[in-house]
Amino acid sequence: MIQEPFAMGNSRIHLLDPRFKIIAAIFYTLVIALSNKILVLAIALCISILLVYLAELDLREVAKRLAVVGWFLLFIWLILPLTFEGEQLYQVGPLTITLPGVMLATRITIKTLAILLAFMPLMATMTIITLGHTLNCLHLYDKFIHLFMMTYRYLFVIENEYQRLWNAIKIRGFRPKTNMHTYKTYAYLIGMLFVRASIRAERVHQAMLCRGFEGRFYSLYDFSVSRSNWIFAGFMTIITLTLIILELI
Amino acid sequence: METHSQSNNQRRLLIKLDGITFRYPGSTANIIDKLDLKLYRNDRIGLMAPNGSGKTTLFYLIMGLLKPAAGQIHIFGKPVSSENDFKLIRRRIGLLFQDADDQLFSPTVLEDVAFGPLNQGKTPAQAKKISIETLTTLGLNNFENRITHKLSGGEKKLVSLATVLAMKPEILLLDEPSTGLDKATKALLINLIAKLDISYILISHDHHFLNKLSKSIYSMENGKISTELILHRHFHNHPKNSFYMH
Repeated sequence: MIQEPFAMGNSRIHLLDPRFKIIAAIFYTLVIALSNKILVLAIALCISILLVYLAELDLREVAKRLAVVGWFLLFIWLILPLTFEGEQLYQVGPLTITLPGVMLATRITIKTLAILLAFMPLMATMTIITLGHTLNCLHLYDKFIHLFMMTYRYLFVIENEYQRLWNAIKIRGFRPKTNMHTYKTYAYLIGMLFVRASIRAERVHQAMLCRGFEGRFYSLYDFSVSRSNWIFAGFMTIITLTLIILELI
Repeated sequence: METHSQSNNQRRLLIKLDGITFRYPGSTANIIDKLDLKLYRNDRIGLMAPNGSGKTTLFYLIMGLLKPAAGQIHIFGKPVSSENDFKLIRRRIGLLFQDADDQLFSPTVLEDVAFGPLNQGKTPAQAKKISIETLTTLGLNNFENRITHKLSGGEKKLVSLATVLAMKPEILLLDEPSTGLDKATKALLINLIAKLDISYILISHDHHFLNKLSKSIYSMENGKISTELILHRHFHNHPKNSFYMH
């Protein structure tokens, strides 16, 4: 259900401390998201591509992920140039393509690609579990992290329950149609899933109580910081600051 | 089996239930009805009874997950009734749940096994050490970083057992540990449990499993543990059955 194609690897980026990667990703992408100058965005896109290169990611997987946003960007290109008010660029029959529309679509496209291409090498090069531990180390709110980790753990169990229920429905000859019977069946399916999930949650809680759980989680992990992490941190800080300065002048 | 010098210790009463009664809300009948039970040190009791006869409920009552409507529970010689009493008890009794997916909630095996020791106040380094040792005793070497939801059914069961044993419990409550396991894994589990130096109550539907692992096997009927013994094996140094019914 959840695949982590980038999580394993031995590239320079994979070996970095996940805390550094997360902090870098947050500030770097935030600056990109708030920037508007094409120059700044273009530089950011180059840096992101460089990061993908350094992380030695499987380019086919990268392309697959970009294809998903491709559809979104396609719609932006279909709509924005035609609907935005401003200086006319081309006239195609009754349709007017405007310069500000094209510029906006370009900015959105570069921004999207730059942010996505930064997240793949920085965030996706760790497992979801490591991500959880790292957020814990960064003192993010406890309950949020455990919600996140438990969701990850039980998503698969609930998916199995769903498969079982769905099979039970299928083997009795159910064929979805546009009628009350179909809606009712779907409603029962979803309702049953909630019931089972909540019973499951109760049992999991009981099992935790049996092992001495008193509302506090303890983490097993401790990260150590090597020199390459500080080099990376310095590099990302300079890049991010440069982007900010270029955007502001 | 045990030497005579231990025989005094052997008689130590670990769990004593007197007239325990419990009814689920919305139900008309008591699922547990004036039940008495004594578990002594080194006892290995098997319980075999039809579905819905209250075996799992009995375990939940001993662990304080459910509270009885009437009756008294003594564990390790002390009465237990409040949640705070049970909190202390739970650190010394291990309950192996029927469904391993209920027990294993952490993303990785190591974290799950270390969860109990950490709750007992061990440092992360100690908890890690205990966990790896426990996994090794169960033949689960190098399982630390495995992802729990990706384990097979048999592996999940063994890791569940590790999570319980890592807390070094004095009593084990095993709720149908052999359900859904193949023959080889069952045999492995029998070997592992037989080797443990621990008192336990074992619920199972599996004759072979119970015969291998219990000194005496009882049934449950009408909310009570049946006075009729299905099996009682005599050991030379163990002339008396250590499990009494009233």
